[in-house]
Order: sequence, then C-alpha cells, then structure tokens
Amino acid sequence: METIQGVKLNEGERAAPVLPRDIQSDELVFNMGPQHPSTHGVLRLMLRTDGEVVLEAQPLIGNLHRCCEKILENLTYVQGLPYVDRMDYLGAINMEMGLVLPVEKAAGVEVPKRAQYLRVVMCELNRVISHLFAAGQFGLDMGAFTPFLYMFREREEGINVLNEITGGRLLYHYIRYGGVTRDVPKGWIERCLKWCDRVDEHMDEYNSLLTYNHIFLNRTCGVAVLDKETCLDYGVTGPILRAAGVPRDLRKDMPYSCYEDFDFDVPVGPFEKGVAGDSWNRHRQRLREAEESIKIIRQALKNLPEGETQHPKVTRAWKAPAGEAYVASEAPRGEISAYFVSDGGKFPYRMRMRGPSFYNIAVLETCSRGLLIGDLIALMGSVDITLGEVDR
Amino acid sequence: MILAEVVPLSAKLAVLMADFVGASPIWIFHAIGSLIVAVGVLALVVTPVGLGGVYLERKLAGRMQNRSGPNRVGPYGLLQTLADGVKLLAKEDIAQEGADLPLFRMAPYIVFLAAFAGFVVLPFAPGVIAADLDVGIFYFLALIGLETIGIVMAGWSSNNKWSLLGSMREVAQVVSYELPLGISAMVPVIAAGTMSVYGITEAQSGHIFNWFLLKDGYWAIVMIPSFLVFYVSSLAAAKRAPFDLPEAESELVAGFHTEYSGMRFGMFFLPEYAVMLSLSGITTALFLGGWHDPFGMSGEGGTFHNVWWWGLIWFFLKATILFLSQILLRWTLPRLRVDQVMYLCYKVLLPISMVCLVVAAAMRLI
Repeated sequence: METIQGVKLNEGERAAPVLPRDIQSDELVFNMGPQHPSTHGVLRLMLRTDGEVVLEAQPLIGNLHRCCEKILENLTYVQGLPYVDRMDYLGAINMEMGLVLPVEKAAGVEVPKRAQYLRVVMCELNRVISHLFAAGQFGLDMGAFTPFLYMFREREEGINVLNEITGGRLLYHYIRYGGVTRDVPKGWIERCLKWCDRVDEHMDEYNSLLTYNHIFLNRTCGVAVLDKETCLDYGVTGPILRAAGVPRDLRKDMPYSCYEDFDFDVPVGPFEKGVAGDSWNRHRQRLREAEESIKIIRQALKNLPEGETQHPKVTRAWKAPAGEAYVASEAPRGEISAYFVSDGGKFPYRMRMRGPSFYNIAVLETCSRGLLIGDLIALMGSVDITLGEVDR
Repeated sequence: MILAEVVPLSAKLAVLMADFVGASPIWIFHAIGSLIVAVGVLALVVTPVGLGGVYLERKLAGRMQNRSGPNRVGPYGLLQTLADGVKLLAKEDIAQEGADLPLFRMAPYIVFLAAFAGFVVLPFAPGVIAADLDVGIFYFLALIGLETIGIVMAGWSSNNKWSLLGSMREVAQVVSYELPLGISAMVPVIAAGTMSVYGITEAQSGHIFNWFLLKDGYWAIVMIPSFLVFYVSSLAAAKRAPFDLPEAESELVAGFHTEYSGMRFGMFFLPEYAVMLSLSGITTALFLGGWHDPFGMSGEGGTFHNVWWWGLIWFFLKATILFLSQILLRWTLPRLRVDQVMYLCYKVLLPISMVCLVVAAAMRLI
C-alpha cells in the first residue's frame, strides 16, 4: 500500500511524486473532502500545498458510484429511465434526454412534435434552474452568502413550475421513450411565462450584487484560466468550453428535438471583464446561457403545436429492435450522451453514458498547480461538477 | 480638566461603601467599586447586547435573504440565542486525538477574555466607565492583539491542518491590519491630546461639529480618511466578511475552530459579537463623539449635561448603527483573498493613515 507522507492511500490511487526529505517539512498534505463544504458533494481532493499555495491537487472520485450503466442493462426500458435522473441530479431532465435520444434513434421512433417541444421547454427550464444554482453556489464559495439565496428564490419557483407538470421537485422522470409522461396542465403556460419574466427581471440584481461586485471581480478575473487548448485536450464541454472561447453548442451544431426551430444565440467568452476561460467568464457564461434558455422557453411555449404527447406504439412493454446508436445532447454542465446497443431483447444490451462532469473534473489536476487555496475553491466552484454524474 | 466634575461610578460606590462600613483604607473600596462596575458592565451591558447582537444579525440576515430568521423560541424568536447557548452547554466537549490538550482547552478562554476585557475602557456615558486608563487606546489595541494569540493557540493545538491554516491566516491578517488600525487611532489621540478614551470623548463635548469626525470643519480632511481606515481595519479585526479569512467556511471548513464543539465553540462565537460591539464602541468614542448628542444638549451648559442615561442612549445608538453596518456588509460582500487583504492593508490603508497622522500632527502644531 502506497503512502503520501504518512497518509495511506487506497488501492489503485496514485502517490504524489516524493520530494527529497529536507524540503518535505515545508509541505502540507490536505485531505479536502469528501466532507468539505465546497467540494459540491463527495469529491475528495488530495492536496499537496506549500502553505497556501497548491502544488498538486488530485481528484479522488468514486464515492458515489452506483453502477448506473449496469443497472440500465438489467432493467426493462421503462424501468431504467428514472435511474439516469440520479446522475446529474441538478439537471435531471437533461440526463433523461441524453438517454432517450440514442434509444429512439436506434429504434427509429418518431417522437410527436408536441412532445419534442415540451421536452425542449423542460430541458431549458431545468438548465436555467441548474445554472442559477451553479452561479449562486459559486458566489457562496467566494464567501457571498446572500446572492446564493436570491438565486435560490427564483430556482425554488422554477422548481414549483416543474413540479406542477412532472410531480417531482428534483428528480422528475418526465421524458419517456417516444414522448413525455404528461401534457401541460391548465394555466401552466401562463405561470411558466410569468416565471420567465421574473428571472429576466432579477438577472440585473444578480449581476449587480455578485457578477460585477468589485471584490468578486478581484477574486475571479484571470484566476484559474482554462484555455481553449486545455479544454479541447481534456474533452471539456459545456459552459466551461464556451467561456474559453469555443463556440460549441450541440443545440446549434447538431440540433436534436426540434432545436433548429428556435432562434437563440450561443454566448461565447470572453465577456466584458477578465480573460477567456477564467473563473469570472465561466460564471458570466452560465448567467448569459440562462438568459438564452429563457428565450427558447418563450418561443417554444408560444409555438407549442397541438397533438399527441406520446408515440402510440411505444408502450410500457416496448422493446427496442436490434440496433445501435450514439447521440449527444447539451446538458447544463456539458455534453451528455449514450452509446446504446440493443439485441432486440427485453433489456438494453449495452448502455454506455458519457457524462460531462467526469471529463470536466479531470482538468482540476492540471489547472490547480500554483493556485492559492482560495483560488482552488474559485476553480472548483466555477467548473461546477455534480458528483452523482462523475461517479455514476 | 472637565473630568474632575464627573465622579466615576466606581468612586461613588467606594464612597457609599466606606460610609457604610466606617473607617478603612479607602483604596480597597475603590478597588471593589471598580470590580463591581466591571462585572456590572459585563453582566448588564455586554452579555445581553452580545446575545441581542447575535439575534439581530440572524434576524437581519434573514430579512436580507427572503427568510424570516429565528421566530420560534419566545416572542419573535427573541430567546433563540439563549436556546442555542443551552444547546451548546449540553453538547459533548470533544477534543480530538493528538490535540495539545492544555493549549486546546485554554485557547477559548483567552479569546473570550480578550474580547470582553476591551469593554473596560469604553466610556458608555458620563461617569459610566469601568476603568479610565491613561493609556486606554493602547490597552484596547493590545487586547485586540491578545485575542490573536488565543486563535493561534486554537489553530496550532487542534492537530488539524485546516485549523492550522486558519490560524496562519489570522496571523497574516493581524500583522496587516494592526498597523493601519493603530495609526489611524492616533489621529484622534493627537487631536485630543490624551490617550484616555474617556478624555478623548470629553474633548468632543458639544454639538456635531465638535465631534472629531467633523471637528471645526477643517479637521475633517484628516478625520474622515482616518475614520474610514479605522472602520475597514476594525472589520478585519472582528474577522467579519469581507475579512473572514481565518474561518472562511467554504475554504477552510471552519478555520481555527474546526475541532471545537459545545461551549468551547460558543466561547469563540460570542466573542466575535463582543469584538464587533467593542470596536463599534471605540470607533464611536474616537470619531463620533461618544455619548454626546449632535445638538449639543449633553455638552457644557446643555440640558442634559452629565446626565448618564442620555449619554447611554446616544452611545448605543451610534454603536448600534456601526454594528448594523458591519452586519449588512457581511451579508453583502464576497470574501477577499489572503494576498488581497495584505495588499489592501499595506498598500492602501497604511499610506493613507500615515499621511493623516503627519497632517494631523502638523495641524496640531499650527
């Protein structure tokens, strides 16, 4: 069993390069997490620091591993769906989308237009909620408590809007193979639009309170820069990649579920302050994306087509015919996709999910060298990972 | 001096006791009188205000954040802080393995003592002061420094690296903010010609333009910058956001008091509010005229000249406003980084306070 300066490592974990004994006394080894307040779940970071300066930070993951993919291969199609909600529990509907799309493509199921629009509305609602949470959480990591609760207020109302249609507050189980579970209830569209107006109204409040706060700018501008090359090398996707200046958004580049019908921009960093790919730009990117998502929701609700919400052939006992497919879609934290193989049996033959946070977290080790501990928190907060999806 | 007109409360008590007992060396009664006033100040003023401060902060933070704050224990949740205190008392006192026990146990007491001993030199009202030391300001600043020793002890003895890092940050912060804090406090000392806090307050007798912040109008050019420097440094001294680095929750778990539980944690928690209040009090005494009202009613020849309760109202009014401003800042601003605190203190606050000191000295000479 390997040890780092007396700290025992689990099997398979890599020990840090050992320095000569006479300079070892200057270094501290920290075990950051899994109970640390800003590791956003059960992430464990092994830090080697020289005082406050981080020499090395290794993410040690796997505390939340639940064999999601294997479970999906041992359940019927309908039974398996709620499990993906538990992957990225902050963007649950987007996770369902990531699972459903490849299966439908492999099976050649044409989803009714109304269901496709409803999926878009719900995905974007979920994206706004998730981005509000992430931005607020980042403020909390930077020591600003109040903006977090302001964003939580709108998030809470958004959850209520989602709750009305899905019956869930966090894990929705809304999207089904071939459609969605429920049509919109009476008066829901008006309530949803009202909520959109509210978020738009309060966006200025968040920005003046947190985003353009002088101390916040000092803490985040130019801190923990993830440049284009690093992002592309590590397969980083989502807001982090776009904040670094790469205009890649699957909703625009490879439209799925009728995204081509909507008129929206893909915000790309750098924004007004800082440099491309720094912590501030990642934060700003999220809030800008939330604004764009609201635009999409408004359009989708305005042009909501009439008709069925479920493909008539895809019933509870539905089995996908033999075939395979891979489709990627845009979740709040990056690209979620699944490679799906069916042998025509009761269960999926193979299901391999690609979660964005797993790839985004890998960049911590490279990017954290030489940061102060306070900046490391800025890096982790702005990268915004969900451990449920890293570990699956 | 005007000081002679007002007999301190402790002296009044001493005379009373001497009369009651009969002949005896009067200094004993003076000592006992001082002790009674000191304990009285602690028990009747500071602790309730400290508890009230905790309540006020929680209620205000709640209102700022779309919450209602404590509202279950007692009317309007007023007894919440007491209930929390009882809860802390009932909790197990845990010291983790490998902790340096004597230091670990002593640290909270030192912090508690240092925080509350600062009130001794605060003049709440004419005659209401526990001990009018000739070097009151000096004593106060020394106690702020003493608190740091307790915090370093806590961080060192906890056998926890987060605690150690927290106490290291505290030391880095202290060496940064103490210089501007001390130097900007010297400007009112120069203006008053005494280091006694009581004497400084007396020197501001009268209406608002006798207060040091706006003294005779032209003194404001040094007093307002010194006041701002002192205020910002006092935020750092109280370890409040944006200077809450030693206990930065999102970075260091709970900083220097990570390993403390039960009442020992309470001994760190309550002093935070005590320090906030005593710093607000000393700022009031140094710059905002202490117990004097803005209309000159408590000055010489005023309606309420040397009326203690009138002074008490104005002192606490001003101190509470400063206290509230600290709370509002805490719940609004993000946290600075370690190097930014040092940058601010050494490169911004220190030069300003130095210039103010030199200019004030020159103005005094002229």
